[in-house]
Amino acid sequence: MSDPAAAARARERVAEVTQNQKPEIPQEKEPARMREILKIRARKVDFYYGPKKVLQEVSIDIREKQITALIGPSGCGKTTFLRTLNRMYETVKHARAEGELWLDGDNILELELSSLRRRVGMVFQKSNPFPKSIFDNVAYGLRVHGIVRRGKLAERVEQSLRAAVLWDEVKDNLHKPALALSGGQQQRLCIARALAIDPEVLLLDEPCSALDPISTAKIEELLFSLSDRCTQVIVTHNMAQAARVADYTGFFLLGKLVEFSDTKTMFTTPASKETEDYITGRFG
Amino acid sequence: MRWRKTVNALMSGVTAACALAAVAPLVFLLGFLTWKGASSLNLAFFTQLAKPVGETGGGMANAIVGSGQLLLLAAIFGVPLGLLGGIYLSEFGGWTVPFLVRYSADLLASVPSIVIGIFAYAVVVLPMGHFSALAGGFALGVMLLPIVVRNTEEFLRAVPVSLREGAFALGTGKWKTIVSVVVPAGLQGILTGVLLALARVAGETAPLLFTAFSNHYWAQGWSQPVASLPVMIYTYAISPYDDWHRQAWAAGLVLLGLVLLVNVLSRLVLARKMAARRLA
Repeated sequence: MSDPAAAARARERVAEVTQNQKPEIPQEKEPARMREILKIRARKVDFYYGPKKVLQEVSIDIREKQITALIGPSGCGKTTFLRTLNRMYETVKHARAEGELWLDGDNILELELSSLRRRVGMVFQKSNPFPKSIFDNVAYGLRVHGIVRRGKLAERVEQSLRAAVLWDEVKDNLHKPALALSGGQQQRLCIARALAIDPEVLLLDEPCSALDPISTAKIEELLFSLSDRCTQVIVTHNMAQAARVADYTGFFLLGKLVEFSDTKTMFTTPASKETEDYITGRFG
Repeated sequence: MRWRKTVNALMSGVTAACALAAVAPLVFLLGFLTWKGASSLNLAFFTQLAKPVGETGGGMANAIVGSGQLLLLAAIFGVPLGLLGGIYLSEFGGWTVPFLVRYSADLLASVPSIVIGIFAYAVVVLPMGHFSALAGGFALGVMLLPIVVRNTEEFLRAVPVSLREGAFALGTGKWKTIVSVVVPAGLQGILTGVLLALARVAGETAPLLFTAFSNHYWAQGWSQPVASLPVMIYTYAISPYDDWHRQAWAAGLVLLGLVLLVNVLSRLVLARKMAARRLA
């Protein structure tokens, strides 16, 4: 702690923790089973990298405006599955998905890419703000999709930053470079950037794995607050996180979806032995 | 044991001496140029034309401007092509075409500059019927091209994949992503590379000898022969006149000074950029 800036940051964090010990978790959420509108339906989805099959017959129902967590050990296919939902895998050569993937009534595998990704946003493991200003980061997707009027842009940028609980921290510095923000702020900026184009589904690929516990708590809180706005699918290594944030949880192992149920059932009375072994920490 | 220590001490001394010897030429060169050339450096050197043989004084204003013109032309010929080529290598293409282009660029970069001069002579000077700034600029542009291509490619490759994915995830098309995210992220490095490449070709003499040729007066236009610092140095240095020799030293000092300045400045900018990236 010889660096005074680091010391100051540490003091700030201590202050944050003491003021904000528990993330506010809504007490009585609407019981998950009441909401049965399906947003995404996967039926027997196989996925290949070249000749190598990495997903086998994954079938899953993602419910609208619920948070679905995908858990499982490294290399089990959970991230791969997430990346089929917005066809992010297409940047990788010789990668292909087979089977049925439906977003409402539309076939994900056949939708025009730009409109699919407008409807299905994504937040990555490592925050990846563009080397532009905070404002331009959030406005980026809007501009790509043809919204260029200044007033409209400013309005949507503010809305998105508010939704990502970042507005109060950056409202006076909108034209500062995004890379000057802290790690947690950068990740919330990326969430704001994804929210700006008003996606129906938000995919989150281990969004907290590079963050400290306080930043993680803030993001988890944020995910709660977003659940009346969009459907969320979150991949996480952290089972406690899945238990905290998710309405539904799916457990992947060796490219298969071993078990899928509401989170409470999953963590209290798992149906399969493998799930139980994993969530009790016997492997993984 | 003693023997080992002796060998260690000896070899550390020998390698240190060799390392010093490796940088010594630059130090001597700078010192020598300053010693010989500084005395002839005055305002007239930068503002006047050469005086006829026998008269003292005069300067190389036309050669300084001429070098500037040639570099501008070289940039016009070499930079846009090089940038787009570098973008192709880094962002598009499968395996075969980029491999061939990359390999050819590396080969082109190692073609002796006099051969590039002959090439420019054949494709520009002969059809035009006379030497010209255009031909000289073309020759320098050809030298610039492979450096800019490879440099652009490298800086674009250094842009993290995560930035591209971030743009793709918002529904951005590939070209739009390249233009609005990837190139801006690598731009500072790319431009620094362009400056370094320009500094590198600024000192080329061989490709100018039979393309831009030289001119004792102000150039009469882009399609006429034009003076340049390197060719001036060559002409003056092999002349039999003491006064011209002094002018050649001064010209050498100016050229080296400019090249060093661009080099040091762009490397400083680049180093700061790299440091910033490490922090991020």
